[in-house]
Amino acid sequence: MTILRGSVLVVSALAKSFGGVQAVREASFAVEAGQLVAMIGPNGAGKTTCFNMVNGQLRPDSGSVRIGGVEVVGRAPRQIWRLGVGRTFQITATFASMTVRENVQMALLSYHHRLASWWLRAAHLYREEAHALLARVGMADQAERPCSVLAYGDLKRVELAMALANAPQLLLMDEPTAGMAPAERIELMALTADIVRERRIAALFTEHDMDVVFAHADRIVVLNRGSVIAEGVPDEVRANAQVRQVYLGSRH
Amino acid sequence: MSSLVIQFLNGLAGASTLFLVAVGLSLIFGVTRIVNFAHGSFYMLGIYVAYSIISRAGAGGGLGPAGFWGGILVAAMVVGALGALIEILLLRRIYHAPEMFQLLATFGIVLVIKDYVLWAWGPEDLLGPRAPGLGGSVEILGRPFPEYDLALVFIGPLVLGLLWLLLNRTRWGTLVRAATQDREMAGALGVNQKWLFTAVFALGSALAGLGGALQIPREPAQLFLDMGVIADAFVVVVVGGMGSIPGAALAAFIIGEIKAYCVGIGQVGFLGYSVSLSKLTLVAEFIVMAIVLVMRPWGLLGRQQGAQRIAAGARERPAAGRAMQIAVLAVAGALAVMPFVAQPYTIVLLIDILVYALFAASLQFLMGPAGLVSFGHAAYFGLGAYGAALLVKKAGLPMEFALAGGPLAAALGAVVFGWFCVRLSGVYLAMLTLAFAQIAWSIVYQWDQFTGGSNGLVGVWPAPWLASKTAFYYLAFTLCGCGIWLLRRIVYSPYGCALRAGRDSPLRCDAIGIDLARLQWAAFVLVGTFAGLAGAIYAFSKGSISPETLGIPLSVDALVMVLLGGIHTASGPVVGAAVLTWLQDTVVRNTDYWRALLGAIIIALVLVFPQGIAGFARRRWARSEAA
Amino acid sequence: MPPMLSAKRLNAYYGQAHILFDVALEAAAGEVVVLLGRNGAGKSTTLKALIGLVPPSAGEVVFCGERIDRLQPFQIARRGLGYVPEDRRIFTDLTVLENIEVGRQPARQGVPSWTLEKLYKLFPNLAETGDRPAAQMSGGEQQMLAIARTLMGNPACILLDEPSEGLAPVIVDQMAAAVLEMKSEGLSVLLSEQNLHFAAAVADRAYIIEKGRVRFNGTMAELDADDAVRSAHLAV
Repeated sequence: MTILRGSVLVVSALAKSFGGVQAVREASFAVEAGQLVAMIGPNGAGKTTCFNMVNGQLRPDSGSVRIGGVEVVGRAPRQIWRLGVGRTFQITATFASMTVRENVQMALLSYHHRLASWWLRAAHLYREEAHALLARVGMADQAERPCSVLAYGDLKRVELAMALANAPQLLLMDEPTAGMAPAERIELMALTADIVRERRIAALFTEHDMDVVFAHADRIVVLNRGSVIAEGVPDEVRANAQVRQVYLGSRH
Repeated sequence: MSSLVIQFLNGLAGASTLFLVAVGLSLIFGVTRIVNFAHGSFYMLGIYVAYSIISRAGAGGGLGPAGFWGGILVAAMVVGALGALIEILLLRRIYHAPEMFQLLATFGIVLVIKDYVLWAWGPEDLLGPRAPGLGGSVEILGRPFPEYDLALVFIGPLVLGLLWLLLNRTRWGTLVRAATQDREMAGALGVNQKWLFTAVFALGSALAGLGGALQIPREPAQLFLDMGVIADAFVVVVVGGMGSIPGAALAAFIIGEIKAYCVGIGQVGFLGYSVSLSKLTLVAEFIVMAIVLVMRPWGLLGRQQGAQRIAAGARERPAAGRAMQIAVLAVAGALAVMPFVAQPYTIVLLIDILVYALFAASLQFLMGPAGLVSFGHAAYFGLGAYGAALLVKKAGLPMEFALAGGPLAAALGAVVFGWFCVRLSGVYLAMLTLAFAQIAWSIVYQWDQFTGGSNGLVGVWPAPWLASKTAFYYLAFTLCGCGIWLLRRIVYSPYGCALRAGRDSPLRCDAIGIDLARLQWAAFVLVGTFAGLAGAIYAFSKGSISPETLGIPLSVDALVMVLLGGIHTASGPVVGAAVLTWLQDTVVRNTDYWRALLGAIIIALVLVFPQGIAGFARRRWARSEAA
Repeated sequence: MPPMLSAKRLNAYYGQAHILFDVALEAAAGEVVVLLGRNGAGKSTTLKALIGLVPPSAGEVVFCGERIDRLQPFQIARRGLGYVPEDRRIFTDLTVLENIEVGRQPARQGVPSWTLEKLYKLFPNLAETGDRPAAQMSGGEQQMLAIARTLMGNPACILLDEPSEGLAPVIVDQMAAAVLEMKSEGLSVLLSEQNLHFAAAVADRAYIIEKGRVRFNGTMAELDADDAVRSAHLAV
């Protein structure tokens, strides 16, 4: 595998064990700017563990994670976010008591270091920026609706807009299409792919829906029992006998 | 050596008692998710009922050991039956209400039971008989040790063992554990959770009753046992991990032993100072709790609780409509002209209401927008009051400085307490705030030379220009009004929004770079300052203060005000403070049994207005506007 | 013969939000029926309304000749309607065997009754896991345990909410085989799905739900033939 010097995310020899069980062993891969990379594998293969080590929620036992050339192992998720990392979650996490616009404004306020203000009205700050982001993900017409009443697919779009608020160089998406209907999945991933390419963002996502993976990923990393067993463009991965045996089965 | 062994045994006896008190609370919380404030009251009832039974039929009646032990078991069963009755009549109706309202309802029960005990057994302490055959002491390593305490050392583990068998070796126990984890799913699998809950509540209550009844030979039945015991039980349950029975046993053991050694060792020299460890016993358990919770936020053997329902449906709205603004101005205008029209007594009452409104508003800021529940909010009120009073009395500063210094003292307290508290969430957070308030209370209560101990401080009068009630009223009106307005303004600032964001989704906050713990810490300091201001005004309005300004009852009053008024409305705490203060004033003047009446009113309000009064009014308003 | 389970004019709310509008569906004895539709269409809510977790605000549900729409979940479960939720909701504090014990109910007449041996035959992965804490199981094993736990209540009809969601393709195949096995035992199965492959492999009939309303009702063959319906509501 070649790791280009210019890769935004470079993971090398990452390892983590829980109570003697090796969840991730010596995993290495890279994601370049403008590229969508899918991480797939059976349940318990170590995808989530891997993911959480990249975003800082878990500390690896050994190995290195470099984002934009900066070593992030040992940094808190908050500090990693400051380096320009946007995240979306498998189960959407938004602020239910606020409107769509306010949700995005929160991310912008944080990005612009304005959270310490006790006097100004938050609703008046970064309105236009919030609207621009919402327009980009197709949510401008729902900006004033409370997040608590949105359809699930729309919440995913709000999350995406929030993840873009800090002008990220890296986007981490945990099962971005989980819980969505097939057509919505394709739509959301097409939107994501467009944004990733136009803004030259490196994107890493985990996914169970192979239709989504094979339709949109530029490269695929396959994990099994904590190890990377295959890595490459979709056709290579699809043709890989080991991948077919442990994960894909006969259908794909 | 032998004294160490005796202390160890003393510790075990104490641990047994603590375990019996706490285990029922943990069991009930685990399954029903109800934090039962009335648990201490069940304990107290256990003692009183056992006293009546045993002094009639038991040792006094000549039935001997059978009468004594039988009496204790019957007392436990009576309390268990009462628990079942309360569960069926009251709690069943509020299982779907937010946890805080359940807590409020059980606090109503506390008040009712207290006055029932007062009515049935009178205000005198009642000393029960000794256990027949266990009245003496045995010699252990040359020292006497009470036989009854030795029996207690065995009773605790016996009950633990029986409970373990019940929960792990019976189908009923399996169902209880399943329901503890996911009661809805258990129901969908055909488990009748209604009766499961009733049975668990009855069992938990009976255990509290047993714990109380077993104390008959050791301590007199007293009216204030309920509050002391509930604090102990909360600490044990929280240290052990809520819902974990082995955890309760472990926590009881640790706390029992630490207390025993503190008493046993007594005075120790430390760097030339003499420190009385026995005085530490009052706070030892709270210090243990603070340490445990910081290191293991869900207790020794507990696990993370699901999200609290406190924020369910929460949605702060920006400045209310025109009608609301007019209403606020009208109230402010009415308050401004009060001194010209009202009786002097009304002015005094209004000052109280203003002070409590600010106090409650500060708690509401913490509980509503920030989503942090505090059971010990009186700590800041009391620190503000004592800070101001001490600056006048000991430092000789003018009242105006003291009025500013009081809130500062409270803020300093909040800096310390808040640093620990923001590491926790939910019920654990609430319990830690309670612990800190209790620590502050104990220090003030025991430090006679400085704080005046239980007598408090007297002669804390305002400056001459504020000596008239009217002048002081305007001072309170201005400061409290500005404070409440400022708190409301902050809710809609970026800072306030970030706090709400943290309440809604800590995970998302983390992912957009919000340092939630720091913001929440600042929230503690902020509300501590305002609560301290309320306390300082209170001190000068009364002219004297006592440790009660830091006590659990005042913390509970604040909670009641916020919940009465509605937790997610800015006007809520003001309405709640006005209603509760007026109610207390009126009720106290008209009956000896004011607590019971208040308790009944609280229970009725919870049943009728689960959204709080202001929340209810707002819904009505919204509905009539929509129609 | 009347259907084993039938719902008419079913309406349900989540708080203020009206989720189901006059939903009607039935399932006959020994039939596998699938509810298809987008996420948020109301599939899960339909199943929850049938088992009583989201009490229907209006409409009627008849199960084995008896009205059940005003009953509590535990009463409905005790009448032989089993429910397996989307997120499985395993009791992770309990062992595998204890989980199954929670679901146990007395045998019912005229309904397949289940023993541990039979469950282990259905899900061989569970056989050796008896005393393990359920928390240690993988996602696929948890799904199997969730179904086994409900089967232990000897239901006449079982509601499966998205049984293939989040499972690796190989496990999905296993799950389809298990559904067919339940059918061959004589059980009625009503499942919600987004995975059309899975639905096609197991179901006899399908309902398509969109925005809380039933938009299509027919056999799998009819659905397969109707490109218009599929592209309008399933967008595949």
